[in-house]
Amino acid sequence: MLDVSISYNRYKFLGHEFLTWLWFIMEEDQDRFHHIEKELIFLTIDNRIVLENTRHEAVERIIINGDEADLEEGKLCLRKGGLVTELNFSCKSGNIGFKFNLKGESLTISAIKVSETGTIEQEEDLDGAVLEKIFLCEKVVHLIETLYFQFVKLRLSPSWHKTIVPLVKKWISV
Amino acid sequence: MGLLSTSVSLTRYLVKGKIEGSLLDTVLDGLKKNTIQDIDNESVQIASGWTSFNDPFAPDFETSSCVIGSYLIFSLRLDKKNISSKIIKKKCALEIAKKKATTGREFLSQSEKRSISLNITDSLSLRVPATLNIYDIVWNYEKSSLWFFSTLKAANEELETLFSSSFRLTLIRLFPYTMTDLVSDISNAEHDRLATLSPTKFTD
Repeated sequence: MLDVSISYNRYKFLGHEFLTWLWFIMEEDQDRFHHIEKELIFLTIDNRIVLENTRHEAVERIIINGDEADLEEGKLCLRKGGLVTELNFSCKSGNIGFKFNLKGESLTISAIKVSETGTIEQEEDLDGAVLEKIFLCEKVVHLIETLYFQFVKLRLSPSWHKTIVPLVKKWISV
Repeated sequence: MGLLSTSVSLTRYLVKGKIEGSLLDTVLDGLKKNTIQDIDNESVQIASGWTSFNDPFAPDFETSSCVIGSYLIFSLRLDKKNISSKIIKKKCALEIAKKKATTGREFLSQSEKRSISLNITDSLSLRVPATLNIYDIVWNYEKSSLWFFSTLKAANEELETLFSSSFRLTLIRLFPYTMTDLVSDISNAEHDRLATLSPTKFTD
């Protein structure tokens, strides 16, 4: 295995391409999510998207915040060669709603908001609340891993450049 | 941010290696050996160590369990005393002036000034209580998976060091490369492709 710090920097583009691909799928092919993860009802951008363009010497960063924000600036950044570096998601899996933030380069998950766990009134309630919270976090982790593994299989296959890249290019240019 | 907070952040790790002998005894032994030591009323400014998930202010791994369901759950505690540099500067200036007056000298050497600064920092450290930062850990031993409830670089680095010295196991942070190389089920041919992979250009 490569050295950790070298591999982190060398392959962080994979995380950025993953988030860019997810945005493309969210807009163009929501049904695909249901095939990947049966319990997933929807996955959408919630209220934050960060993009970076590092194709030129200076790093250009676009941050779009706000509910139902216009994402046209983000698309423009993609057209100029940028990629998504951070996304805030809203999703529903089974009957549970989640919101979370995913950073591309590290795949760290932050601001996970899930349904409230039961209140802890007695010491015995603590174990139940902990297990419930782990179960809910596990759903988010499982979802991200499933989507990432799908992406990786696609990214390392010949169909990435043959099929997916032309479709993403077309989507960006519209 | 802890596991039971309304909003949580987590970094995922792959745990490399296996514990020989009794899992619980080995883990409890590692936790006891590296339990956080209270630094209030001490001149020490920084301390780190393990603490109990359900009693982080008074950890006792002799009596409390770290097992909930099939998970090992405990916390990393980082204690730090924050002493304002401006207060140290002010106290040093007063002490230097006092020493000059009592000795009748116009100047103090660099080593004398350094000694005054160290004494003042030590004396303030004795009086200032430490600020506690507690980060929860959920370790699924069977799946070789660990969640650390923080994305802060310094906290993650401290976890990796302390975990290795406590349990003789290595934590590998999961980010795009390690997820692909170590966790996903890609074939040998795909591994080869990964080694030479370069960024995609979505624009012409």
